[in-house]
Amino acid sequence: MHETLPTQVIKNSPRQADSQLRRRWAKLRRNKAALFGAILILIYLITALLAPILFPGNPSAPNLMKSLERPSIEHPLGTDELGRSILGRIIYGSRVSLLISIGVVFVGLLIGVPLGLMSGYYGGKVDFGIQRVTDTLLAFPGFLLALALVAVLGVGLKNTIISVGISMVPIYIRLVRGCTLSVKEQTYVEAARAMGTRDVTILIRHILPNVMAPITIQTSLGMGTAILFAAGLGFLGLGVQPPTPEWGTMLGSGRAYLFNAPHVATFPGIAIFFAVLGFNLSGDGLRDILDPRFKL
Amino acid sequence: MFQYILKRLLSTLPVLLGISLLLFFMLRMLPGDPAQVLAGQMASPEDIKNIRQQLGLDKPIFVQYGIFLSRLAKLDLGRSARTQNPVIKEIWARLPNTVLLAVTAITLACLFGIPAGIISAVRPYTWIDYLFTSMALFGISMPVFWLGLMLIVIFSLVLHWLPAGGIGSWKHVILPSFTLAAFVVAFITRITRASMIETLSQDYTTTARSKGLKEQVVIVKHALKNALIPIITVVGLQFGLLLGGAVLTETVFAWPGLGRLIVDSILARDYPVIQGTILIFGLLYILVNLVVDLLYAYIDPRIRYA
Repeated sequence: MHETLPTQVIKNSPRQADSQLRRRWAKLRRNKAALFGAILILIYLITALLAPILFPGNPSAPNLMKSLERPSIEHPLGTDELGRSILGRIIYGSRVSLLISIGVVFVGLLIGVPLGLMSGYYGGKVDFGIQRVTDTLLAFPGFLLALALVAVLGVGLKNTIISVGISMVPIYIRLVRGCTLSVKEQTYVEAARAMGTRDVTILIRHILPNVMAPITIQTSLGMGTAILFAAGLGFLGLGVQPPTPEWGTMLGSGRAYLFNAPHVATFPGIAIFFAVLGFNLSGDGLRDILDPRFKL
Repeated sequence: MFQYILKRLLSTLPVLLGISLLLFFMLRMLPGDPAQVLAGQMASPEDIKNIRQQLGLDKPIFVQYGIFLSRLAKLDLGRSARTQNPVIKEIWARLPNTVLLAVTAITLACLFGIPAGIISAVRPYTWIDYLFTSMALFGISMPVFWLGLMLIVIFSLVLHWLPAGGIGSWKHVILPSFTLAAFVVAFITRITRASMIETLSQDYTTTARSKGLKEQVVIVKHALKNALIPIITVVGLQFGLLLGGAVLTETVFAWPGLGRLIVDSILARDYPVIQGTILIFGLLYILVNLVVDLLYAYIDPRIRYA
């Protein structure tokens, strides 16, 4: 009974929570850019879910008789070097890209959030140790860190997710640590501590919910970055391997035909661009709604 | 100032140590014998034996780390498994190309991004502000390697104005540096806009205006000068992003720099070169951040006395 008191202190009444939600929804509706971003993400989600209906058949099955065909009614975005429909591969590629972005953010959150919480909450030696590791990881630009990890782990879908995910860990650690430092000074955390609440309970029930806003914003922006990084690795031949339809890998193989069939490299790039734009617009919109202090 | 520089130099030591540990364990995380991994697939048993002796692989792990550190201090990064050239020689041959590309790109990005951010801040929520902020958002969302390919299609394939890749004349620098600049200009525009909006609403700007100073003087001497710290921070941070982007840009334009070297080395499993290139990228990034910190102290003397 006593342990739950601080939560009750900060908890809003249902009416307050309802009006807060309504205010945020109204803000979102006014923010046309964020709405456009959300619509873009929704389109990609629907495309990924309905891929077998939108493009019946195997998107990886070669048809050399139709190699490098320009856009036509039969193949609206043309065909690649193996005669495969580029539209079909982009549709199926949305599944791979969304899977990568969700996986990457999951890895980043799973490692970064607990470490950030502990670093900010405990301070002292724990903070020093975690921050020195973070400093080392931040000494490498994110994409290079992912590249270095690929050099150790090897190529492929799973290793792309792990490598890009780990490259995002230091960002989450820094973000969560910074927020934890300010939240832990709040009176409701002090009250919980004074009542003898366990550290784990304080971290999960009192601090984590109050650092969720910046984590949500970073997650949306991080999903866009994940798509860009994974596509970059794929483009270099160090990410998802053919014949799996991944946008970056498609672009990479299309590069060889840039002069006689530029459409092969053009359309996967447009797909990447709009997916990343969707996540960036949504992330910006979420920032305006949840945390206007960070508005750029 | 000297004390401040010394303090900043000392603060980079733990990071340097961290990088050395990362590189040391990177090799040991790979499956198989590190000597075989370093020597490459074509190495003779004698080569492998030599490398094993050099690295002290038969000795305890902390002695191995000590040997690794002493070799690192002498910039002895071993030999490339592919070319058998010293790694440091391979890196020195390519480093100037990457630096040229990065410096040209960051200069272009500042030349466009800072004025665009200022105009956006001076005329907020007008068509020109929307134009620049939309361009910034497009820049952030655009895959740099795709932009590079599209520029090749337009300027090399269709218009025949510029070469599609390689190195040689000033014409070869234009497309890769514009591609790389587009990658970071967005961040610079956004941060300039945000910090200028903040400084333009400060009391000292109002005072400057009420004294009857010209608007240009108010913007440049009063608002921009005070908005410089966050702008410089972002420019410094973007340099890291730029190095990451250089890997892709150099691949698109067949630019013989460090980015392409690391990609080729990963594809060929040439681990001595991978280790060396990662080390140099890390050092470059630390160096740029150090310069940024020193610039802070130069621009705002309060920082060095804090």
